[in-house]
Amino acid sequence: MEFKSFLIKYAEIGVKGKNRFLFEDALVRQIHLSLKPLNTTCHVYKEVGRIYVDICDYDYEEVIEALQHVFGIVGICPVVQIEDKGFEDLKQMIVKYMDEMYADKNLTFKVNARRARKNYPLKSMEINAAVGEALLEAFPESKVDVHNPQVMLNIEIRKMINIYSETIPGPGGMPVGTAGKGMLLLSGGIDSPVAGYMMAKRGANLEAVYFHTPPYTSDRAKQKVMDLAKKVAEYSGPIKLNIVNFTDIQMYIYEQCPHEELTIIMKRYFYKIAERLAVSHGCLALITGESVGQVSSQTMQSLGVINSACETLPVFRPLIAFDKQDIVDISEKIDTYEISIEPYEDCCTTFVADHPVTKPNLKTIKKSEIRLQEKIEEMVETALKNVEEIIITSE
Amino acid sequence: MEIYLDNSATTMVSPEVADIVIKVMTEDYGNPSSMHRKGVEAERYIRNTKEIVAKSLKVKEKELIFTSGGTESNNLALIGMANANKRAGRHIITSSIEHPSVQNTIKYLEEQGFEVTWLPVDTKGHVQTEVLKKSLRTDTILVSVMYVNNEIGALQPVEELSKIVKEYNSNIIFHTDAVQAFGKYRIYPKRQGIDALSVSGHKLHAPKGIGFLYVSEKVKIKPVIFGGGQQKNMRSGTDNVSGIAGIGEAVRQAYENFEEKIDNMYRLKDYFIDRLSELENIKINSQKGRESAPHIINASFCGVRSEVMLHALEEKNIYVSAGSACSSNHPHISETLSGIGLSLEEIDSALRFSLSEYTSKHELDNTIDCIRELLPVLRKFTKKK
Repeated sequence: MEFKSFLIKYAEIGVKGKNRFLFEDALVRQIHLSLKPLNTTCHVYKEVGRIYVDICDYDYEEVIEALQHVFGIVGICPVVQIEDKGFEDLKQMIVKYMDEMYADKNLTFKVNARRARKNYPLKSMEINAAVGEALLEAFPESKVDVHNPQVMLNIEIRKMINIYSETIPGPGGMPVGTAGKGMLLLSGGIDSPVAGYMMAKRGANLEAVYFHTPPYTSDRAKQKVMDLAKKVAEYSGPIKLNIVNFTDIQMYIYEQCPHEELTIIMKRYFYKIAERLAVSHGCLALITGESVGQVSSQTMQSLGVINSACETLPVFRPLIAFDKQDIVDISEKIDTYEISIEPYEDCCTTFVADHPVTKPNLKTIKKSEIRLQEKIEEMVETALKNVEEIIITSE
Repeated sequence: MEIYLDNSATTMVSPEVADIVIKVMTEDYGNPSSMHRKGVEAERYIRNTKEIVAKSLKVKEKELIFTSGGTESNNLALIGMANANKRAGRHIITSSIEHPSVQNTIKYLEEQGFEVTWLPVDTKGHVQTEVLKKSLRTDTILVSVMYVNNEIGALQPVEELSKIVKEYNSNIIFHTDAVQAFGKYRIYPKRQGIDALSVSGHKLHAPKGIGFLYVSEKVKIKPVIFGGGQQKNMRSGTDNVSGIAGIGEAVRQAYENFEEKIDNMYRLKDYFIDRLSELENIKINSQKGRESAPHIINASFCGVRSEVMLHALEEKNIYVSAGSACSSNHPHISETLSGIGLSLEEIDSALRFSLSEYTSKHELDNTIDCIRELLPVLRKFTKKK
């Protein structure tokens, strides 16, 4: 059977009241974007509570994979479209459809007809009964089960007639572009790309910031972050990656502040710089991959002290209560894990204290930061002025 | 301006070599196995290279097998000879500081049931003849010791080692990985008692993806790659004609004005070591003079992680290589550097500078100036205890 059309099922956006069209339009737009690289002729349109993708000259696997990257889609149903050549012909086509789709006919089914074109000579119930009979006749080993069928055979009578029975799961979530833009703090690790993915899944557009500390981090580490952003961009759409040279600031903190507080103070400056970039680029939040208790800077006390570095924007931490293994599972699913574990980790380990503070106190930290006041503002300005911007797309 | 001091990793393809490679690829692109004129033309390049290489080693042309490079040459030599001679015994001797393409191939043979003795080295990185003598057994079939170590440049006493082996039992095969040595030394396998010798093209200004193995006609060896029977069945696969043409020209150039070039490299090496020694708290891990190769200088910059120094030099367009990488991510520690008795800190801060015939004194002076400038800054930010 050749599928000329896909029926796109979506769940949550169905309940958005008067704003619904905004969400549907966003979904249509995202589907268009996802199919664009495949160079096919396609038509994406919405029709009362559902979205259709009509497509020709395509590779089935490629299209399914592309659609499975579009947030907001709950299910993808490959649809066979036939012309209306009378009911007898329809019955024959459906028998043929079932024959080709299911090798083992020892199954239970239910026919579910919908008559959108009301001038069709048979009513829905009549279609259900007649088609069911034809199928039972053709495949005696099959049975009807109207409550819990293995195969739900849908027939939609429109200008053309649509037949479908399979639903391929989509990624769920909300279409990207419906939730505002967030600034993702992207490191080369496992967590941050997953955090970005999860926010994109809730409809957020992404920008990202990476703190580069040459010569303590190499160009390979930077390349790795770009590779990770590219993977996330498969889901989120293009990501503007802001690369901040952090070496001078890190060295300054290292010289001036107590060693065991280095990580906390450094992270506070990550946040401060990220926030200023975010505000000037129209982002509404920072996004990080932090998870409670994972490392010393992610205890509740540390997170609290780091968090207070932000002045206006909220910090979203979608992984806050995730176990490491759960994060790894998602990173494997979105194909970032292999990149994340490449051994081009920064040499910042040189600076990590053997026993960093795990329960920092905001007053103490702020007191330490006073020692930075002579030059830090100027250094932050310089860093912001010299940001390298790269637009990362999935292609 | 770029200063490239990583010639032991790979070298620039020389313009003359590039010319001939392009000519083969775009004009004389025939398959030497074809019967028509295009094939014969292509074959001519192979003959020509064989002639050049055979002359440089004073061996017969039929004793050469072209491969994809050093790794394949080592694999073919070790696996091919071990398998062909296992009836005579199953004991193999090698050094503990071999390149991974020898080390891991021999580990594979170990898994296949061969017994292996790994010889330690002294603080200069040399395998000691006495130790080798004691390791020889009646069932030893193969000894493999590298000619020049790739990390510190230590020159092995190959001739003495092979003499000891042959005196014990002339049937034992002596193989040497000469990837870092060929083109830097005049090597005559037949005089030096070398039965098999591996060479890689891209270490001597030929392209990547070409190399060769010399195997004495007296030695039994089996192929490890099977197919259309090219190279007398020893290495199937369409001949890499452009690479072969390239390595021929590269070998010709390497041995042109040879003494002059090598003397100059030795002078530069010794000069660089002297200049490095002026710096504070440096440990030179390579030997001056003729005891080690003319092109490799390894030094530890105590207190500065090698990766950090490497990237700091990189920012100044100077390219070197790290003796050992960041230990937090690479639990692997260089066996050569630990083998010659360096401390963990010395290993962690080791850099390798490797010269080529194109390297100038001026470039080395610039490098020293940069290191002199960087050292105090980087040392200031070493780990606080």
